[in-house]
Amino acid sequence: MHTPEIEALAELARIYLSEEEKATLAKEVEAILAYVEQIQKVKEVSRGESDFSPLRNVMREDGKPHESGAYTETLLEASPKRHGNYVKVKKIL
Amino acid sequence: MAVNLKGLTIRTAHEALKKGDFSAAELSSAYLDRIEKKNSSINAYIEIYDDVLKQAEEADKRFRDNTATTLTGIPLGLKDNILLKGKRASAASKILENYSASYDATVTEKLKKEGVVFLGRTNMDEFAMGSSTENSAYGVTRNPYDEARVAGGSSGGSAAAVAMDGALAALGTDTGGSVRQPASFCGVVGLKPTYGRVSRYGIIAMGSSLDQVGAIGKTVDDVSILYNAIRGQDSFDSTTIAENTYPVKTKGRARIGVPRDFLKNGGIDKAVGENFETVEKSLIERGYEIEDIDLPNISYSLAAYYIIMPAEVSSNLARYDGMKFGFLKEGETLKDDYFLSRGFGFGRESRRRIILGTYVLSSGYYDAYYNKAGEMRRILGSDFARAFDGIDVILTPTTPSPAFKIGEKTADPVAMYLEDIFTVTANLVGIPALTVPSGSALGNNLPEGGLPLGVQFMGRHGEEETLFNVAGDFLKEKHYG
Repeated sequence: MHTPEIEALAELARIYLSEEEKATLAKEVEAILAYVEQIQKVKEVSRGESDFSPLRNVMREDGKPHESGAYTETLLEASPKRHGNYVKVKKIL
Repeated sequence: MAVNLKGLTIRTAHEALKKGDFSAAELSSAYLDRIEKKNSSINAYIEIYDDVLKQAEEADKRFRDNTATTLTGIPLGLKDNILLKGKRASAASKILENYSASYDATVTEKLKKEGVVFLGRTNMDEFAMGSSTENSAYGVTRNPYDEARVAGGSSGGSAAAVAMDGALAALGTDTGGSVRQPASFCGVVGLKPTYGRVSRYGIIAMGSSLDQVGAIGKTVDDVSILYNAIRGQDSFDSTTIAENTYPVKTKGRARIGVPRDFLKNGGIDKAVGENFETVEKSLIERGYEIEDIDLPNISYSLAAYYIIMPAEVSSNLARYDGMKFGFLKEGETLKDDYFLSRGFGFGRESRRRIILGTYVLSSGYYDAYYNKAGEMRRILGSDFARAFDGIDVILTPTTPSPAFKIGEKTADPVAMYLEDIFTVTANLVGIPALTVPSGSALGNNLPEGGLPLGVQFMGRHGEEETLFNVAGDFLKEKHYG
């Protein structure tokens, strides 16, 4: 693991890292990957063999939506920047 | 009157409140006084709420009009990742420093109905990522048994609050051992319930296929009371299970299994190994049968966990972007805003796990890591199902060593991750697990009276009661910690 790889991951994760941290992370992530590498010894088993904790989708009927705007103020109060009833962000295009 | 907090339990406090030995207001005042004395050094609480006495007065009213329940007026600590409407909830992160909860979590709503008194929000590792609370943006929580040592984590504040008599009980969350490891380090009882038993609505998410809300208290009975108050299916959390999803299979006295081979290779401290032998002896004296069991893949648990968990962390933490809520650090462009808000809002361990999670989920490595870990998880599930054919409860130490020194493991993430070796499996498999105090590690370089040790009981899905029964028997007439 080298700094350019960490930079590529940071770009994907939208996260600023200092030069110093990129170098440290390269070492740390390598050490962690070396540890979890043992998972490669796992023998393939057919999918769904375990019935210990069966996974299933949970569905429900559509309910009545709440009244429009009922939570607008509460939610907007939490945003760092707002413009009227909108969350304000920098231009995208 | 002066309230003696030392020997107090939820049960005895409730009896005293009912008889009028002291009022809920007096009880809460006693806790506030204790916190005032201890919190500056222990740092169990990030914030003490300003309406504690008001809450206590409401509780007193319920005793007067006979609508009080066992938990009415009971002072509790609340981990900083559980929402209480109108109060700050920061997950001990700078990125949520000024976030005020817009709604109640299901667990806090349930406890409000019981009339508990929330004392304040307890310290934790940022976003529940860590085993020592050293990753908190608000400083480390110190162990009440030795202030040079960690209280454990990530629910270190909750465990230390109970251990220092700064709360009668507390709520924590457990993704890979975050209730059990600090409870063990602080000499108290901690439960991670079955996956889906307690609603996570209003809990700040970390690893959604692993997270559970748990209870921390001084006795098994206290933890059981708190657990029974917060459990239950919830339409706001579709992963919650029904009462009858997992029928109880234990008949009569529970049969106990020990994964002997795993313990031999688990890197256990001498004191922990010796203590575990006395625990086994004590259970045999109480009429339990213990047999060795084979969990052939359990040594891969930690590796699987440290792939699945960061993958889920990187997804869950994607929502913190400086736009909708939380910390914003502005740059030139929108993209800069994302990078700077996340880069400066998240702490080091969060950044590390986001990068790691992004790596194991990236297209070139997804099969080699994430899929393999998922496969391992299914194999572990089968192994446990087979083991539970012959026994009802699995016994292990909770941690490989007692509380370590502050700073001892911060430079080596893998050493820190090994703290979770005995606890992560219960989260991967979704089963309930309970830690109880089992004695002390003594030694020349340890504090007088030693450091607390704990043992862990794991049961089948839905068998929390079985764990309470066995652990209750184990602690009977012999109070450790």
